[in-house]
Amino acid sequence: MDNRYPYRKGFLMFQSEYKIQSITQLNPTTYSLVLECAELAAESWCGRFVNIRCGEKPLRRPISISEIDKENGTITLVFEVRGEGTEWLSTRRAGEKLDVLGPLGNGFFPDSAKRAIFIGGGIGCPPMLGAAQEYGENAEAILGFRSAAQIILLDKFKACCQSVDVTTNDGSFGVRGFVTDVLADKLSENKDCVVYACGPMPMLKGVAQMCAQNDVQCFVSLEQRMGCGVGACLVCACKTHEADGEHMRHVCKNGPVFDAKEVDFGG
Amino acid sequence: MADLRVNIAGVAFKNPVITASGTFGFGQEYARLYDISKLGGISCKGTTLEPRMGNLSPRIAETPSGILNSVGLQNPGVEGFLKNDLPLLENTDTVVIANIAGSQIEDYIETVRRLQGSSVDMIEMNISCPNVKEGGVSFGTSPESVERITKQVKAVAEQPLIVKLTPNVTDIAEIAAAAEAGGADAISLINTLTGMKIDIETRRPLLKNNTGGMSGAAVFPVALRMVWQAANRVQIPVIGLGGITKWQDAVEMLLAGATAVQIGTANFTDAYTPLKVIEGLDAYLDAHGEKSVMDIVGKVQVW
Ligand SMILES: Cc1cc2nc3c(=O)[nH]c(=O)nc-3n(C[C@H](O)[C@H](O)[C@H](O)COP(=O)(O)OP(=O)(O)OC[C@H]3O[C@@H](n4cnc5c(N)ncnc54)[C@H](O)[C@@H]3O)c2cc1C
Ligand SMILES: Cc1cc2nc3c(=O)[nH]c(=O)nc-3n(C[C@H](O)[C@H](O)[C@H](O)COP(=O)(O)O)c2cc1C
Ligand code: FES
Repeated sequence: MDNRYPYRKGFLMFQSEYKIQSITQLNPTTYSLVLECAELAAESWCGRFVNIRCGEKPLRRPISISEIDKENGTITLVFEVRGEGTEWLSTRRAGEKLDVLGPLGNGFFPDSAKRAIFIGGGIGCPPMLGAAQEYGENAEAILGFRSAAQIILLDKFKACCQSVDVTTNDGSFGVRGFVTDVLADKLSENKDCVVYACGPMPMLKGVAQMCAQNDVQCFVSLEQRMGCGVGACLVCACKTHEADGEHMRHVCKNGPVFDAKEVDFGG
Repeated sequence: MADLRVNIAGVAFKNPVITASGTFGFGQEYARLYDISKLGGISCKGTTLEPRMGNLSPRIAETPSGILNSVGLQNPGVEGFLKNDLPLLENTDTVVIANIAGSQIEDYIETVRRLQGSSVDMIEMNISCPNVKEGGVSFGTSPESVERITKQVKAVAEQPLIVKLTPNVTDIAEIAAAAEAGGADAISLINTLTGMKIDIETRRPLLKNNTGGMSGAAVFPVALRMVWQAANRVQIPVIGLGGITKWQDAVEMLLAGATAVQIGTANFTDAYTPLKVIEGLDAYLDAHGEKSVMDIVGKVQVW
């Protein structure tokens, strides 16, 4: 019951201090951090996350695993400064150590036998990069940002995807509008695909609705405030409507990726 | 190596460190990180007679050196606990404590009845919950109500009964005495302190439930004071908790009169906290020439 996507079940997790290999600024508020953590990288796959201790903060901060390099034993985390925790994280330097718990959650399981569209909104793009890379050739990406200044990871998406469409709310780059505008065009051409998405709630809701109307399977990665990050405290609840009724699932353990048609976006 | 063993109401603990209810699930998640049989005991997630969905999210907020939570007792119900969760702990060599909650006395009694004959070693009764028959006032806030529920639940409890006190009261010693008078085998304290946090941009409380229970380092001095007051009042063993994040805090709790401690919120910050507390306690006792942990219980020298 707890494992909604039983293709692979994470068992090993670690809480340890790992060395920061590099930290680079991608735009005024977003940073990319490469962590040397061979044991953790070996158990990682796209859409999973880690929980990072930020200074004296009592709660760790959940950050998605963006790219995974098993050969070199590293993972890449891309994060935006939102508050004190991520601010602290942004001031770390290469060579320092980070206290990290992970890998956590049930990520994405992209089915390479089917046409796949990967949708990222803003800081929701990093986990979609890993998912597109894992999917392999012919991935199609739609990336949405507020404006050109916020664009991140575009070259990396271009390197692994067959097509990349960018939307900006103000039209300063790519298509003016929302990711759903591009998705609508793509689905009107061909509905035989699976959609994977991560981004702000209103975007996910819009994508999920569009997929439901078109009878397209859709998986969304959700965010929720967390305590333990491992499934022990039950604070990260997300309401779902499943075949056997209503449930309170937990984003850290049952998610963060959920089948969009089961998610209660209102609650 | 000092002797870390303690005995509470006839139940032998290999050490006095227990993980606190609601922060450690039924142990299985943290079993992926370390051998949970190293723990003195595990207090399981609060269990009610029927399954509960709990409150809407967000259910957690961070505060200075602490957190607020409003899980709302989401749990699989006592039958779900007995069928799915308890069996996983059967081969773990640690004291298993079932934590129970309810909204009327009858629910507590029936929940405890269902635990008869199970492998549960002890029962911890959470009396912070609102009593629906008394207009939602918590069972734990008046001495009369505490004594009454303790007496009635104790009458059907097969396992030793720990009564877990709420700190949201005027006189904790009175409440502790009431639990003892009702027949409690031990008491544990403190549960969370009711708190609140508001997002000044949206002008909305961070918690969907508006208010929540505060825990973590920030509550430690309050918890310590209450444990000391309660331990001075009752003869039964006291289990101290609330804001313990390091072994030094545990030593303070023991000196104040606790026979054992529980660790909750600190598991979120550092999952290895319980093990670090066990090791630190052992080293402290050795360094101070104490042969047994029992030798420091209640040994604070007050002015
Ligand atoms: C599974 C998951 C994956 C995530 N992946 C990424 C990522 O790859 N990159 C990225 O930039 N951000 C990601 N986030 C969001 C990130 O966790 C928050 O932005 C971050 O916790 C904010 O911390 P803060 O101290 O800077 O902000 P504050 O607002 O000061 O944080 C206060 C508290 O609220 C929590 N909180 C605040 N915003 C969020 C949020 N959106 N989601 C969950 N908890 C929150 C914090 O963890 C902290 O406990 C992810 C969240 C989740 C749940
Ligand atoms: C997320 C969360 C859930 C909790 N659930 C329960 C519960 O179900 N039953 C209970 O008696 N106490 C519950 N508590 C209270 C703790 O067991 C403990 O009394 C309190 O958090 C103080 O200890 P701490 O500061 O070490 O966390 C919960 C606490 C937290 C943080
Ligand atoms: S954060 Fe504790 S259960 Fe999800």
